[in-house]
Amino acid sequence: MNSLRIEEHPVLSFERGEKITFFFNGREIDAYPNETIAAALHASGVRKLGESPVLHRPRGLFCAIGNCSSCFMIVDNQPNMRVCVMKVKSGMHVEEQKGKGELELIVEN
Amino acid sequence: MLINDGIPTKEDIVKVTPSDERFAEGPVVIVECFQEIPCDPCVKACKRGAITMSGDINALPVVDYTLCNGCGNCISLCPGLAIFVVDKTYSDDFALVKLPYEYVPVPQAGQRVMALSRAGEELGCYEVVRVTTGGKKNMTYTISLAVPQEVVMEVREVRYTRNGS
Amino acid sequence: MIKNVEIMVIGGGPAGLCAALSASDLGVGISAPDLGVGISAPDLGVGISAPDLGVGVLLVERDDVAGGQLVKQTHKFFGSEKQYAGDRGIHIGQMLVEKAQADSNIEIWTDSTVLGIYEDGVVTVLHEDKHIKVKPERIIIATGAAEKFLAFPGNDLPGIYGAGAVQTLMNVAGVKPAERVLMVGAGNIGLIVSYQLKQAGIDVVAVIEGQPKIGGYLVHASKIRRAGIPVLTRHTILEAYGNGRVEGALITEIDESWLPIPGTERKIVCDTICLAVGLSPLTELAWQAGCEMGFIRELSGHVPIFDENLETTCPGIYCAGDVCGIEEASSAMVEGRLAGINAAASLGYGVSEAEKFRKDAMIELEELRSGDMGGHIRVGLEKMYARCKK
Repeated sequence: MNSLRIEEHPVLSFERGEKITFFFNGREIDAYPNETIAAALHASGVRKLGESPVLHRPRGLFCAIGNCSSCFMIVDNQPNMRVCVMKVKSGMHVEEQKGKGELELIVEN
Repeated sequence: MLINDGIPTKEDIVKVTPSDERFAEGPVVIVECFQEIPCDPCVKACKRGAITMSGDINALPVVDYTLCNGCGNCISLCPGLAIFVVDKTYSDDFALVKLPYEYVPVPQAGQRVMALSRAGEELGCYEVVRVTTGGKKNMTYTISLAVPQEVVMEVREVRYTRNGS
Repeated sequence: MIKNVEIMVIGGGPAGLCAALSASDLGVGISAPDLGVGISAPDLGVGISAPDLGVGVLLVERDDVAGGQLVKQTHKFFGSEKQYAGDRGIHIGQMLVEKAQADSNIEIWTDSTVLGIYEDGVVTVLHEDKHIKVKPERIIIATGAAEKFLAFPGNDLPGIYGAGAVQTLMNVAGVKPAERVLMVGAGNIGLIVSYQLKQAGIDVVAVIEGQPKIGGYLVHASKIRRAGIPVLTRHTILEAYGNGRVEGALITEIDESWLPIPGTERKIVCDTICLAVGLSPLTELAWQAGCEMGFIRELSGHVPIFDENLETTCPGIYCAGDVCGIEEASSAMVEGRLAGINAAASLGYGVSEAEKFRKDAMIELEELRSGDMGGHIRVGLEKMYARCKK
């Protein structure tokens, strides 16, 4: 999988730290701390992040600055997470979001 | 045309080409900057004051070829990577072209690389004579390539891959 | 509880960072001469009881690091020495962030999103998962811009990215987002990102551009052309195809009325299509704050109406950078500096130096915009000032 990571660059050097893992649709995937969920998924060749609400067309990343909503995924049961800006964490469960996310109603006491 | 495809035309190049007499004297700079953009680091880059601009920072750079000694200090300092040095006195058959390089891997002196034209066409494999680094912050390399005299005004890029280009 | 600040800068990109630094340079936060007077500045409303001791400049950034889009600009900047010409964008970004971090007059909140600007001058921020109210004397909106989209069949396939998104994956995360790219748009972003893709070892099949001329700097175009990337003007994309992801694109030549020329269609095999078709100012906060807005095409769309001091029609709210007209980062830095100077001066800081600093910045901006490439900005600003005087 490391072939999708840039190892040699004329201007940049990447200090990635210790490898961690998280889950994408139940599958364990490698990642590095400090990178976004979208970056980690792309490094593993995953580009389809969800499906559109009506026609169920595949959805991918577009802006990568947290602005456009194209990258909404379900992260640890929370829908509508902008994975282009959200950092990956060890053990996290990330799932494709099919359509509009449904918020869990949290009722306190 | 340059404005349509990014390739400077013969007419463009003529405007920035020194005289044959100047070429006969030794290495000299070719500043392939044809558009007025707000940019002036080349002026400060030349310690000999050979590059000047009249008016504001949008003006095109003007070279005084009598002051230029072809040192090539300006090559890695041009943000547009548009400055080259040509030395037609290198040998009878070969001339030297110095050009900026910002890719990996970086070739070493003695290795052969593919010379490319302004349009990216392959002009043949030639030997790298010298590689200088722009330094930690600048990070642009300057590559000196020995090429046949007849193509020295065509070669403006090199391609180098580890498994031979 | 309300946090009192003298100047709140929204957005930590080149404009926002320079705004914060120039305001601090003029003494915002140091002297806090007459805290009481400052804090109840009448033009942003009153009604705050017993203000706590505030900070000078609060810089709020949505991302987890400040620097804005500078963090991925690996190329050397143009301009003059005053705008750090010749330095790479990433290094300029690092330098500005370090300066701001070391500045005790500036407090930086990252991972923080401004939610709204209210009539009484209170700004709400989502900061460290808390909803926080801030009461600034002055606000500088430097929220930047977002990439435009393009309409064509198949444009929703995974593998169609904004050029900036590809830059983020590649230059921030160090991930190769593609193997073969079709770049749409030969403005500076399209040209520069094509070069950067090549530097990361990724093939760029072609750069296509609908206009008859290359819009970006020709030195960028020449640089990628000689590396073997064709730049095709008067070409557009007809559709993207692929099963669940981009597998290619159909492109065509277009005539003077932008209509496809029959028989010139061509299939391009690629796994990624990058859109570099311009930016739109991120003006939500300006709209929401009630700033008068105007559509000025040359400034890239709806922008807040502002005067020569970069002050919007809401007294005390300034704007700088791409949010008030898309330009190069060098101009954004100088505009930010100018907004910071003006905001600070309006609070009574730097009485002796402000005028000189302001003039210097204005001269720099004029210089950056005076060439061929600044033509549309000059027209845009003329329209802006004409509207502003009404």
